[in-house]
Amino acid sequence: MKIAVQTEPFDFAAETASFGTGGNNVGAVVTFTGIVRDDSGDLEALELEHYPGMTERAIAKITEEAMTRWELADALVIHRHGRLAVGEPIMMVATAARHRVAAFEAAEFLMDYLKSRAPFWKKEHMRSGTAWVAAKDADEDALKRW
Amino acid sequence: MVEVLYFAWVRERIGVPRETVETSARTVADLVTELRARDPRYDAAFADTSALRVALDQDLSGFDAPLEGVREVAFFPPMTGG
Repeated sequence: MKIAVQTEPFDFAAETASFGTGGNNVGAVVTFTGIVRDDSGDLEALELEHYPGMTERAIAKITEEAMTRWELADALVIHRHGRLAVGEPIMMVATAARHRVAAFEAAEFLMDYLKSRAPFWKKEHMRSGTAWVAAKDADEDALKRW
Repeated sequence: MVEVLYFAWVRERIGVPRETVETSARTVADLVTELRARDPRYDAAFADTSALRVALDQDLSGFDAPLEGVREVAFFPPMTGG
């Protein structure tokens, strides 16, 4: 299990090259990468604030739960903070399991929980000004399926 | 004495990221009442606690939670990670 909270970019290829290859019982690896997108055509950058200490703790708790629940062979979460330009990767998760259903489900669970339970806050820097991104009811509702 | 931390727009509205607060508040809600009485900035930031979340010693908690033994209280809006 690996968890990293960092400002610098991560190397997706390097992170996934050896991920889940430690044993003979891994039949499925799922990865997800979140990228800064610009819906309005006005976004210059996204700024992510976080709560040092609690962030690592919250992510570890969520990841440990996924490891146990889906009997994962391995799990990886990298989440960036600071100022990110449109098109830059924000975060990635990877899960390794015996079967694909477990790997996919665990990755979705991790994503749903990271969105609403890891202490990050996004602020949009637009040409016209700045605004904190509001949490969506749909994101909170997404937790109910787990 | 408790260390109080603010994040995102709560931090911006109050104007400081953290401060040490001398308090004998029994619960988070009592602490919020004390802070709101301090200054209009606090009053505005805590006007609607349903729009806020609280963590006690870095674990998500609730406004009715007791403060006994707690060293660090953090107030912030709902999280938007991922």
